[in-house]
Parts: sequence; C-alpha cells; structure tokens
Amino acid sequence: MSKQPGSGFSRRGFLKGVGITSVAGGLISPAGLTSAIAAEGDVKGPGETPITLDVNGQKRKLNVEPRVTLLDALRNRLDLTGPKKVCDRGTCGACTVIVDGKPVYSCSMLAVEAEGREVTTIEGIGTPQRMNEVQRAFVKHDAQQCGFCTPGFVTAATAFVRANPKASIEQVRAGLGGNLCRCGTYAGMILAVVDAAKGGSNA
Amino acid sequence: MPKAEWPPAEKRTLIGKPIDRADGPAKATGTAKYSYDINRPNMLWAKVVTSPHPHAEVAGIDTSAAEKLEGVKGVWKDEAAKEVNYVGQIVAAVAATTEEIATEAVSLVKVNYNPLEHQVVDSDPELFKGDPNKRDQGNVDEAFGKADVTHSGNYGVPVITHCCLEPHGQVAEIRDGEMYVWPSTQNVSGYADRGLSEAAGIPQNKIHVDCQYMGGGFGSKFNPGKWGTISAALAKQTGRPVKLLLDRDLELMIAGNRPSGFSKIKVGATKDGKVTAFESEVWGTSGMSGNPPDLMPYVFDKIPNQRRIVKRIQTNRGPAQAWRAPRHPQNCYLTLAALADTAAALKMDELEFFTKNLDLTARPDVYKEELEIAARLVNYNQKKHVRGDKTPGPIKRGLGISVHTWGGLGHDSECDVTVSPDGSVEAKIGTQDLGTGTRTVIQQVVADTLGLPLDAVKVQIGKNEFPRSGGSGGSTTIGGVSTSSRLAATAALNAVCEAVAQKLGTTAENLEAAGGAIRQVDKPSNRISWKDACAALGVMPITKRGTQTRNEGKAKGFTNEGVGGVQIADVSVDIETGVVTLNEMVAVQDCGLIVNLKLTESQVYGALIMGITYALYEEAVYDPKTGRMLNADMEFYRLAGIKDIGLLKVHMMTGKGYDDRGVIGIGEPPVISPGAAIGNAVANAIGVRVPSLPLTPDRIITALQKEGSIV
Ligand code: FES
Ligand code: FES
Repeated sequence: MSKQPGSGFSRRGFLKGVGITSVAGGLISPAGLTSAIAAEGDVKGPGETPITLDVNGQKRKLNVEPRVTLLDALRNRLDLTGPKKVCDRGTCGACTVIVDGKPVYSCSMLAVEAEGREVTTIEGIGTPQRMNEVQRAFVKHDAQQCGFCTPGFVTAATAFVRANPKASIEQVRAGLGGNLCRCGTYAGMILAVVDAAKGGSNA
Repeated sequence: MPKAEWPPAEKRTLIGKPIDRADGPAKATGTAKYSYDINRPNMLWAKVVTSPHPHAEVAGIDTSAAEKLEGVKGVWKDEAAKEVNYVGQIVAAVAATTEEIATEAVSLVKVNYNPLEHQVVDSDPELFKGDPNKRDQGNVDEAFGKADVTHSGNYGVPVITHCCLEPHGQVAEIRDGEMYVWPSTQNVSGYADRGLSEAAGIPQNKIHVDCQYMGGGFGSKFNPGKWGTISAALAKQTGRPVKLLLDRDLELMIAGNRPSGFSKIKVGATKDGKVTAFESEVWGTSGMSGNPPDLMPYVFDKIPNQRRIVKRIQTNRGPAQAWRAPRHPQNCYLTLAALADTAAALKMDELEFFTKNLDLTARPDVYKEELEIAARLVNYNQKKHVRGDKTPGPIKRGLGISVHTWGGLGHDSECDVTVSPDGSVEAKIGTQDLGTGTRTVIQQVVADTLGLPLDAVKVQIGKNEFPRSGGSGGSTTIGGVSTSSRLAATAALNAVCEAVAQKLGTTAENLEAAGGAIRQVDKPSNRISWKDACAALGVMPITKRGTQTRNEGKAKGFTNEGVGGVQIADVSVDIETGVVTLNEMVAVQDCGLIVNLKLTESQVYGALIMGITYALYEEAVYDPKTGRMLNADMEFYRLAGIKDIGLLKVHMMTGKGYDDRGVIGIGEPPVISPGAAIGNAVANAIGVRVPSLPLTPDRIITALQKEGSIV
C-alpha cells in the first residue's frame, strides 16, 4: 500500500480551490502559494471534490467537501448506515469500520483520507443469512439490546478475533475497551467474543 | 375450545424458553434501520440554534445570513421565544442540503440575548424558598426520644442524563397531504400528538409513524419534542423530507435527565436493630420545575413513625424526563444508605439488619427468600465483616446490600392476529421494541398458542396504523403485548377449530393446537395438520383482535404488578487512589411469569451495568458561574466500558408462587438497587460513608480524609 491518504487529487483542483480562498481573503501571495504547495503536497478543497472510495470491495464514486468525515460520507452519501454516529469524536466506537485491516473510528477520519484504502463496514462483514462467527455469537449470547452500538462492536470484535484467535476473557475486555454500550450488553458480549475467538459458535 | 389463560408449565412449548432475539441477526449485521438511518430521496438536514446562556431574554433572531448560504433551504425560528431558561434551549433551526452546510448555517444565525441571573446549583437546600411539602405519620418526635440508637447522615445522588446512543429526533416527510415520520420513540401509537399535527398542519389521522428500531430511550422518548415539531415544520416549509437528530452535546444537555436527590436523614432504632423512626428532608432538581424524587422512606415504607420534607430546587438546567424507574434509584440509595449506616452504628451485620426489618416492606417473604439466594450466590458468609476491612494494605474489600420494588402491570394493548387459508400467520401491534425483545415475545406467544414453530409467525410492530398499544414505559410493555397477542391468537385458533370440528367429528371445545396440528384433546391421534385446517377457512383470511386492559388483564391473571428484587455488591477500593473495582454483583429478581428467560436475563444484566455506571461514573457537572454543563460529551460524561463491570450473576425467581402471578415487566426494577448496593459495599470496605454518588476517586479520598483513614 504505497498510496498516501489524500493522494489521487489533481494539483489543478488544489490551485482552483486555494485560488478562491486567496482572492476572497487576499492572504496568500502567488509566491506563498507556490511554497505552500511545496510544503503541503496535495491539498483538497474547499468545495466539493470527487473521490472514489473502496468500500466492501466496491469502488464508489462520490463528491464530498474535504471536511466530510468518512462516517458521514458512508452514512449520508452512500447510505451505508450500519456504522452509527454517537459521540462523533472518537470516544464510543459506534462508527467503527475496518480500514486496511485495522479498526478505525470513521468519525475521526476524513473521507478524503480514506481514498485508496480498503474500507470494510458492517455491511461488508456478513448478512442476516450469512453471518460471520462474531455475528452468530452475538445473536447466540444475546450481546445486544437496542443494538445501536452493535455494528461498532461487531466490527471491532471481528478485527479483534482475527488478530487474537483464542483470546482470553481478559484480552477481550482489553480489546473491546474502545467501544461503549448504553444498554449494558457487556456480559453477553464477553461470552460472544471469547466464543467467536475459539473458532466460532455453532449457533 | 382452547382457553386464553396462560398454559401450565408442561404445556408451554415456547413461552418461558430462552429463545434468541428475533431481530438479532438484523442488528448484528447492521441491516436494522434505525430512525437515524432513514435517508429519503431529496432529503434535507436540519440543525438547531441553541442558547449559550442559562437564562436570558431573547431580543431578536436574525436568520438572514444563514438563509443566504448556498444549500440552505429552510429556516425556523421560535417566534414566541421571549426568554430562554437553560443552555442549549432551542431558538431556531436551519435545513440544508447537507449536514455540513446545515452546521455552518447555524453559526450564521444571530440571536440577541440580554442575559439574566441564573441558578444551576441543586445541592444546597437553602436555595429553596417557601413552604416545603411536609408529611408526618405516627409520632416521630416521641419515637426518636425513645430510640436506643439514632443515626443521622447526609446523602446525595446528582443529576444524570439518559445518554441514549441514538439521539432524539426524527425524519419527517409530507406527501399528498399526509405526513410520514420516522422518529426514535418508545411510544409509536401515541407519538402523533397535537403538537406534531399543528406544526405540520396535517391532521392527526394523516400522520404515519414508523419506528422499527430505536437506539435507546430509557423513559426520555415518548413525545415528539421540539426536535420533532421543528422537523415537521421544516418539512412543510420546504416541501422536502427533513432529518433532524440532535448532536451529542445537545442530547446530553437538553434531551432529558434524571432529577437529583439530596437528603438529610435521621433513623431511630431499638438496640436489637428494629427501625422505629425515619425522618428525611429531600431536595433536588428536575430543571425549572424543581421536583426532586420523594418516595421516602423507600421499600421500608411501613416504618411506624415517619416524617418527610420535600424541597424543590428550581434550576436553569435542561428539563428532566422519566429515567428508567423514575424516582426509585435515588430514593433507594438515600434510604438504604441511611439504613446501612444505622446497622453499622449498631455494629450489626447488614444482612441480619435488613432481614430483621423486612416486615416493614410490602413483600417480606419474597425479599427473605431472595436475600438468602443472593447471599449464597455471593458467598456472603465467607466474605462478610463489620464495617471497615481491617486487612493490611491499601486494598479494602466490602459487601453491600440493597432491596427494591416496582409495579410493572401490563398496559392497554390491542393485537390483530390474521390466519390465512394457506396457514400463514401474522400478528400486528402498534408497539415498539426498545431492545427489550418485544418482537420476540409476541412471536413466542402467538406461535405457542397456535402450536406452531416460531418462524411460522410473522410479527409486525412499530407503526401507528397497527392496533393501538401503550408506550413502553414503567415496565408495562411485556404484560400488555403478551396478553393482547395471547387473546388474539386464541380467538384466531378458536375460529380455526370451529372450521374443522365437524370434519374431525368432534366439537371445537374438544380441540387443541399442538405440534403443527389441530387435534382432539382426549384422542390426539384424531388430528389435522395446521395447513389443512386453515384451508377449511375458505378463501378469506380471518383476523381476530385481542384487547388487553390494565384492569381486566390483572383481574384475569394475565398480568400483575409489584415485584421485589435484591442485589449484593462485592467491591474492592484502593484507599490510596480512591479507585473502586467491582468484583462481583448478584441480582435476584422476580417478575411473575417469564416469557423469554434469555431476554429477561439480558434486561437484568443490562440494568446492573447501567446501575454500575451511575454508581461509579455518571454526573451532569454544571458550572455555577456560566450555567453550562461541563461534560456534555462522552469522554467526560463517562459510561462504564466492558472492563468496568466485574462478574455479574443473575438469578430469576420462577416456579410456584411466581409463574402463577401472570406476566410482569422487568425493565425498571433491576436498575434501582445498584447505587445503594455499591455505595453500601464501599462503606463496608473503607469504613466510612461516601455520602454522594457517583463514587469517584476524589469523593472516596475526600471521605477518607474527612473521617479518617481506617488503616
Ligand atoms: S461516533 Fe465515532 S467514536 Fe463515537
Ligand atoms: S445495545 Fe443499546 S447501546 Fe448497546
């Protein structure tokens, strides 16, 4: 994976964007601009910019302002509403997605940063007819009530059990410490994730 | 003819069984669509403009700059707003083509305020002016005069919030003179109220409510609220669907909270530990209306001599809403902490003391049995010690006990069960599933009644076009929907039995449904498959309605009220850092006839965890000077994580004396006791009382410094 976040955006687009700011604000001289480009490399916006996201194995084209988070791009532009918006500042884990194999808070990553990376959301992990081992274990151990935190937990747990097969209860407690549930489903969740880490529930 | 009453244990095929949540796969795979997830074609995003002042006069609202921003399609202002009474109070709103533009537009709305004096402190009884609400029973002064031991103490429970993970709000869309709303609500049948109707200019009978999944309510999501009416008004104004859900900070500040309760308590007892007198002065706030929780003394409400003084502290804080078991958790903590301290003053074991006073409660036998079971489960006798763990070292361990009560009678509910000639079955109820398992239990009851497997029954809920059912509050849903669905399914079954009685050469009275067939009660081999029986219905499906009302449901034994529960906590406290660790917590609970053991236990586990959270972490912290909530985010408004909960054990009371009471709700009761049980356990460990929840390290250290370390 050689591409950096934010790559794949044309220099011309950048000039156009900054040019508008420059005219409006009158703050950056053309010389300043050149050095800014040299220092900053690729910059996007302001204004909408076309990007392509690799989500659940599909290339999805969309237009977003650079300030749009990956979470809002998924939910509001691509109608992938499995990841939830709860705290919107990296505390609760409800928005967890897998980016290049690692769990990430999608509320704390910009959509433009996710270009060129492989994004997997809960929708790409399993379906009601074909659940993965974590999802089956969540159902079997009733690790959910209202279920609003569940997609985030299932996504985080899926990444966790892949990295930690045979995890102990203590490892599960540490590994899922980045997600929060209000209904209090942790008791079933510990059993579910230990079960899933063992190689899957047969429910 | 099959009877509607609950079947005896040996006849239950699905009722009472630990069955997986029906919508578990939808939730676990992210396919469940919550109100927040509804995206409609051409939809706008709305964001609200709120007061930065705790109290101010509103001198003018100027939305012109926001209106000029590209992408803004609608604005709403509170034309009637003359005064704001808390930070976060909504005064205006904007709707735009993207969420980002709406957020930006909010910052362009100019509101002129003339700040007024404010008051957000709730912990000082002197802030109450006027005559307090006072009630005396027995002869209190004489009883205290005669008491062998008198204990006095101060206790407190601060305001906490609901912190539903899905915020309050809805999507609203007006099409062809009808309005479609997708709210996050716990009250589908009653949601379309007059306020919503007036905001949209759409009559109540043309409002379609749809809430299939909702991300937590806990008592705070019965009505459309201002967020609901504003999104409806903006949908009307713009002619486009509008999504308005609160941002997290507002969710914590304005979308509901649990009133605080502080108290001065005096308890009188005989030297052998019988409580004879109880005096409490309680104060606290629920925002502008004041109203602290006032069920004192809690559970031990037959103490012969009682005095209660209640003071309402009005504050410039967001308004309170019902919070899971309204009033009970606060009064439970205040009462049970004072009683445990009385036991300590008597140098008496807490379990012995509470057991001795159970005749002062409504259900002594149930509590006694439950206390014995809980003590066994937590190994009470091996672990117990008098107040103050004397073992050397900084880690002190202790046990604490609490008992609680709740009503839980089933609400009014109607259900339609439709049986089609091909044998398919559908149940419809205008109820909602808050994550408690409502969908699942309806399916169980209907399938069990018809002798069918679970998946033979399709359940539809979450729309106000279905037969009306009550809001999900006060643990009233399970008693309501289980009864109405049982009545409807029985009526449908009887129609099928009548249609095939002749063919089977017997009467409908002598038929029953079992194992996917209709069969003769006294000769089971005389049978017809369910499918063939339904074919006898002819060409039209039949629909039968079941109607449950509170009074009739109780009189006929379908549902009931009044449950008891006890909890014991086992904690360790590091007296150098003040950190409390929950080792173990045991809950023993009755709730009548249990429809689904697995989901019932989930409710109890969840309540324990929610209780651990408010016992150890939760508090809405307000700055007296600015009147602002300082922790309106999830970093500093802390919820327990998976690491914080310790070992939890749940024991449900079932069998004789419980099953035969009918179905009773379980949502509230187990959330009542954790504060008291954990608070008492901490006192038992460190030897001093930490007066107020939450039991944070600074409170523990302060209490130890004030009253002296036990080491
Ligand atoms: S919404 Fe992203 S961490 Fe909470
Ligand atoms: S199940 Fe409701 S927040 Fe976790």
